[in-house]
Amino acid sequence: MSGHDFSQTIYGKSRPGRHDYGISSQPADAPRDIPSEYLRSGRIGLPEVSEPQVMRHYIGLSTKNHHVDKDLFPLGSCTMKYNPKVNEDVAAMSGFAGLHPEQNDADAQGALRVMFGLERELAAISGMDAVSVQPAAGAQGEMLGLLLARAYFADRGETRHRVLVPDSAHGTNPASATVCGFETQTFRSGKDGRVDLDVLKGVLDNDVAVLMLTVPNTLGLFEKNIGEIVDMVHRAGALCYMDGANMNALMGQARPGDFGFDMMHFNLHKTFSTPHGGGGPGSGPVAVKSHLEPFLPTPRVVEANGALRLEYNRPQSVGALHSFYGNFGIYLRAYTYIMRLGSDGIRCASSTAILNANYLASRIVSKYPIPYGQRCMHEFVATGEPLKKYGVRTLDVAKRLLDHGFYAPTVYFPLTVPEALMVEPTETESRETLDRFADALLAIAHEAETSPDVLHSAPTETPVRRLDETTANRSPVVTVPAA
Amino acid sequence: MPYTYHTDEDRAAMLAALGVTSEEELLDVIPEKFRLRTLLPIEKGKTEPETLRAMGAMSRTNRPAAHLVSYLGGGIYDHTVPSVVKNLTGRPEFATAYTPYQPEASQGTLQVIFEFQTHISRLTRLPVANASMYDGATALAEACLMAAKITHRDVLLVPYALNPRYLRVLKAYVSGQKIEIRTLGASDAGDIDAAALTKELNETVAAVVVQTPNYFGALERPWEFEAEVHAAGALLVASVDPISLSLLRPPGEYGADIAVGECQPLGNDIAYGGPLVGFMACKQEYIRQMPGRIVSATYDVEGREAFVLTLQTREQHIRREKATSNICTNQGLLATRATIYVSLLGEGGFTELGRVCHQRASKLAAAIAACDGYSLRYRAPFFREFVVACPTDAQAVVDAARREGILAGIPLERYYGASARNLLLVAVTEKNQDEDAEKFCAVLKRAALVKVG
Repeated sequence: MSGHDFSQTIYGKSRPGRHDYGISSQPADAPRDIPSEYLRSGRIGLPEVSEPQVMRHYIGLSTKNHHVDKDLFPLGSCTMKYNPKVNEDVAAMSGFAGLHPEQNDADAQGALRVMFGLERELAAISGMDAVSVQPAAGAQGEMLGLLLARAYFADRGETRHRVLVPDSAHGTNPASATVCGFETQTFRSGKDGRVDLDVLKGVLDNDVAVLMLTVPNTLGLFEKNIGEIVDMVHRAGALCYMDGANMNALMGQARPGDFGFDMMHFNLHKTFSTPHGGGGPGSGPVAVKSHLEPFLPTPRVVEANGALRLEYNRPQSVGALHSFYGNFGIYLRAYTYIMRLGSDGIRCASSTAILNANYLASRIVSKYPIPYGQRCMHEFVATGEPLKKYGVRTLDVAKRLLDHGFYAPTVYFPLTVPEALMVEPTETESRETLDRFADALLAIAHEAETSPDVLHSAPTETPVRRLDETTANRSPVVTVPAA
Repeated sequence: MPYTYHTDEDRAAMLAALGVTSEEELLDVIPEKFRLRTLLPIEKGKTEPETLRAMGAMSRTNRPAAHLVSYLGGGIYDHTVPSVVKNLTGRPEFATAYTPYQPEASQGTLQVIFEFQTHISRLTRLPVANASMYDGATALAEACLMAAKITHRDVLLVPYALNPRYLRVLKAYVSGQKIEIRTLGASDAGDIDAAALTKELNETVAAVVVQTPNYFGALERPWEFEAEVHAAGALLVASVDPISLSLLRPPGEYGADIAVGECQPLGNDIAYGGPLVGFMACKQEYIRQMPGRIVSATYDVEGREAFVLTLQTREQHIRREKATSNICTNQGLLATRATIYVSLLGEGGFTELGRVCHQRASKLAAAIAACDGYSLRYRAPFFREFVVACPTDAQAVVDAARREGILAGIPLERYYGASARNLLLVAVTEKNQDEDAEKFCAVLKRAALVKVG
């Protein structure tokens, strides 16, 4: 019906009887003590392939990916920095990888030390009082933050219904608000791309529970009036949440706790170098001021008499957002990263990230204007608007970058910049790489003027070319159909 | 500092190109009162050899299940991770790629997700699966929120024997909404009390949750109440262990509308309970209400088969406050491990795995039941996990076994209070050998003789 033959999937390579991964040298019989009504009848329908075939199949697939170990991955707000290999070796140590979460605390002191130590380090970096490493990703961190706000207001006998976000916010902010039962109110940014204090004043009242703000914002701009913003929100009795997706610009330079934020999340898979894995796992620890600490999820890791233990008895806690203690293997990597960098390296990483972004911006601004000003923090948002007169869109620029061997920046986000190209090079790129990328963007701008069709038909050097996404959306084919 | 390139000349040249004299100047946009002028109270950086030494020492202060004989389960199972799985997923092409937003340069990740969806669909016998959830608990919570949206109803019926850690997460996930959770009692056999279900089922119920095997390891019979659930207009949500589906009737065959579960056992480390990876599958008619990423097959402009993220208008980056969920980053690399694991074992290996786990669990259960004072608490059939009634406090048994290098299981008192004081949850995988069972039984017998004051 779909016309797909799926011969290149693992299912297409299956042949009856081709199987060599054994479990036990003793024969295993079909279960005799489970009545047949409980049992599956017939085949599962899984492929039958050999071990070498599995290797070649997935190696083949792996070569079709762009990845940060190959070349620049300039996705804005994603902080695709180098993922240190020593982190992987630490995560694979059997003392960590082979620990069961239901083990006695006394047998898990090393793991608890990692949890405890990282929570303290993240508290120091954020200028907050307490941290929970439980959230599995940034969006879950946002969700936790809003549940904390709910519990905080409930404790004070207040009911507040609205969450404020600027129009440049990540999509997860309003989506998290909905999951937590809040209504989102989006307000427009000022002419300089930042929060307009008058606009904020107009939307603030005693029904507002939380202002969610990304700092620096998704335009790569620092909120110059952050102190006033936080004060205004607090005067209205509401809380301030910082989306920490862009902490790579701030760590070691300034602390959200000092700005007055009540809570924030980190994205360890961005700022703290853990690999993104083609879409996860992430880790989204939440840091809070002391007035929100009683509501943090359980278990909490606490120290007494030199030993660490998991504490569940927190009557005001919002409960749990994960089966166990969050993405331990991921925050273990982040802990290792912080150990390698140290206080000096953390500071150098953020200032280098800012240097790289500004340098790259300066190299391309002649062809790709930066509407909200060239001076940025760790990322910037340029526009492909001038190329429109040649019939070329930002999407075409993005696709052509793939032909140059780069990944594309984040495109068409934030929504406040037309034809947006959101670029974040990170501190782990060399000047040579930044120059190569800038040269590619300038060459593409030249192509737009001289031979726009090349851009319309890009990419041509990738394993596949542009895809029919419309048909997929209309009638998605999401599995190899059963025979 | 580690992981950067710039020489002093590079920095100077880049600053000159920007017309500034120092990196400090670039930070001028931060008001002075908020600038941190001292180093953070974190130690100075360590070299790689120093880091390995420090972290190695820290890892050795743990006494991991991997070095002991372990019967711990409760949703996290210590199966062998095949070398092929470790080798392939250690590759940076998978590990250091991002979410496949540019499909032309992400076909590897996209096809892996497509194969993952297919594996899950075959195991559950449901036609649609997504690209993964954070873990089995959040997958169940998202399924319940999805059911509430589909039915416009606000009551969830959950079994007494639902994994208590899943229940905690479910409660937190629905706490912001007007949704009520009601617990159904368990029968003497350890499965859902059908009479209690009939009593609670009415036109306010959004979903009936069934977990099979349940937290006590007992198998449920959802086919006996599926028609009743649907007649009341509720959805049937099944939480299942994917490895059990090697032998057991799949959710799609007994009319489940949504199936969820934990894929940690499929080629992923136990890793102190994280990262984990949840799955979600559902009936075709609910695909547009599903949370998370979904990959579809399609073609490129030259007619080549290819894969792409689809139905993105459900998702937060497009739909914002109207999205089906706030999930963005999921558990991609662990789903990749699960995909390769299932491909490698295949039809034959996966079936054998289920049989081996069940056979060893049955043998161990019989051996324990033959120990003086010990018995199996429930009579419902089990797959690879079961509850032992001990002649003494289960915690005392666990403590005695731990001293002899055996992790005996989970004392149910931890979750079910004093009435469960003597109950021990024991899990078996292919890693548990029959000869370990003898030693385990000897420990149990000795523990039975110790009087608890």
